[in-house]
Amino acid sequence: MCLPAWGRARMTAQHLSDLARLRRVRDRIDREYAQPLNVEALARGAGMPPGHLSRQFRLAYGKSPYAYLTARRIERATALLLNGDLGVADIRRMVGCSSPDVFRTHFTELVGMPPRAYRHRAVDTVADMRPWVPEQAAKTAGLTGTRA
Amino acid sequence: MIAMDISIHTSFLPHDDPDASAAFYRDVLGFEVRSDVGQGKMRWITVGPAGQPSTSILLAPPAVDPGITENERRTITEMMAKGTYGWILLATPDLDGVFEKVRASDTEVVQEPTEQPYGIRDCAFRDPAGNLVRIQELR
Repeated sequence: MCLPAWGRARMTAQHLSDLARLRRVRDRIDREYAQPLNVEALARGAGMPPGHLSRQFRLAYGKSPYAYLTARRIERATALLLNGDLGVADIRRMVGCSSPDVFRTHFTELVGMPPRAYRHRAVDTVADMRPWVPEQAAKTAGLTGTRA
Repeated sequence: MIAMDISIHTSFLPHDDPDASAAFYRDVLGFEVRSDVGQGKMRWITVGPAGQPSTSILLAPPAVDPGITENERRTITEMMAKGTYGWILLATPDLDGVFEKVRASDTEVVQEPTEQPYGIRDCAFRDPAGNLVRIQELR
């Protein structure tokens, strides 16, 4: 009777420590999204193979690390577009996106319009326009993926 | 209508290692420990900022209400490990001083002090149980 219970307890402890490891990966994305992060670097930091990290992260958080990183960057970009006078290219670089095309594509996919249109609408709509939040858009955006 | 006199007295955060959580709030954030009851993992520890006896945080074991099912308990434990369960928002006039203290400890930083475009400056880190502690600057 004792042995299976010990086995279960060990499995639970292992499972929870794996989840905590994924949490550290997610926190690192939140902390370092502005740097040239990629899944390989995240996996190296977490001491696990990239494919394994992507699968486990998606199981835990409902989207891949790359999709989470992208959503984080776009969220930050919308906030910067709504407030302040920085140009779109400056903002793109500030949030860690090196390619204008990739930035524009992801932004449009997640927010529903390109960055410049988003800013113009914000200027026209004097009423409060909240920064876009990934969770609200997760249902409609293909990039965020679904829980496996 | 009679004006109500209600204050926010105690807020709650779950722990999974009572000694680690108590040490964090006491030694890193400088809170005082106001009471500590129970034993083992079943500890209820009341902490709060010195000089503000009317506001406390209760560090409590999660999911011990007998009405919580085994599945719900597992979900809560997993969410704590994932970092998506408990969180709290604190404030200080000296954000950089507090952040340096936090960084000098073993604490996992989530966000360095950042000027947010919506008009506040804040930072964020994890307590030992995985709760998100966000601190904003009073100015």
